Amino acid sequence: MTVHNLYIFDRNGSCLFYNEWNRKKQAGISKEEEFKLMYGMLFSIRSFVTKMSPMDMKDGFLSFQTSKYRLHYYETPSGLKFILNTDLSVSNARDTLQHIYSNLYVEYIVKNPVCVLGQSLDSELFSSRLDAFIRALPYYSPRAA
Amino acid sequence: MVIFSVYVVNKAGGLIYQYDNYVPRAEAEKTFSYPLDLVLKHHDEKVIVSFGQRDGIRVGHAVLSINGVDVNGKNTADGKDILEYFKDPANYPVSIRFGRARLSSNEKLMLASMFHSLFAIGSQLSPEVGSSGIEMLETDVFKLHCFQTLTGIKFIVLADPRQSGIDALLRKIYEVYSDFALKNPFYSLEMPIRCELFDQNLKSALEVAEKAGNFGAGS
Repeated sequence: MTVHNLYIFDRNGSCLFYNEWNRKKQAGISKEEEFKLMYGMLFSIRSFVTKMSPMDMKDGFLSFQTSKYRLHYYETPSGLKFILNTDLSVSNARDTLQHIYSNLYVEYIVKNPVCVLGQSLDSELFSSRLDAFIRALPYYSPRAA
Repeated sequence: MVIFSVYVVNKAGGLIYQYDNYVPRAEAEKTFSYPLDLVLKHHDEKVIVSFGQRDGIRVGHAVLSINGVDVNGKNTADGKDILEYFKDPANYPVSIRFGRARLSSNEKLMLASMFHSLFAIGSQLSPEVGSSGIEMLETDVFKLHCFQTLTGIKFIVLADPRQSGIDALLRKIYEVYSDFALKNPFYSLEMPIRCELFDQNLKSALEVAEKAGNFGAGS
């Protein structure tokens, strides 16, 4: 039971924040390219899901899973995208992501007059609170290296 | 509790088989008077609603028929441009039917190839070693299951999110494929599947899965 990493993208596709807790394998490309690939993949998945869907959707794309990990996705109406990679035991992290948005992002970034929205999130308070929050999650357990 | 459709994609990402089992079509037909309070625009050879969502007519819905006569892409059945038709007050009151546009076979081909690539990227971006590609993709309205065989063929099933037993169904479809497509001497590998027995057995496998799925958690 573990959380691998978290990405936050803004509506233009730039990665505002990235942190990893338990990542075993790097993507083999530079971080910049990985962010672009991740954003591109999600953009394509969203458009794929809109076209494939047999009925009109309300929330849209929620998550996908492979044989080893599960990717959870949450998008705010302002175009902010939260992506959480966990292991397979976590079935629904939407509430977690929503909590990260409303109780951490809005509180420590949006309400911070020094933080410029749209640029990389620099707030140490945000990073430490987010780290503490993730480590306190019931499904987080640091595996022995 | 329904299985919506089945897609089979070959090693190169090309669609070789597609079957729509159940396609729910939410449509709304209303009578309008001049001027039209919806904003319509051309998109992909269709006329779709871009603004003015109300009463079951949502953004993204396409114009399906005017006064009961099905439209032909961007033009009416008579060949007149639809947007020009709506600008003329003499044509009102008009009864228009809106709904989700059906996917053309070209669009299905493109979507299958798109998924083929997304499957591979899902494996590349994995934070864990030895991950497969996307095996299950979930939205609030459907769940997409994918099974990739050792030879690179992908069987993709779109179903209701609560439908169970899809893993068994994917294996069954693989069995039907190897029995009625691969063992067919007239079938060429990686080509579109045009075998009657494959269609029949696939349909009965889907029926069995739908019934089994309704009795609670399957395999």
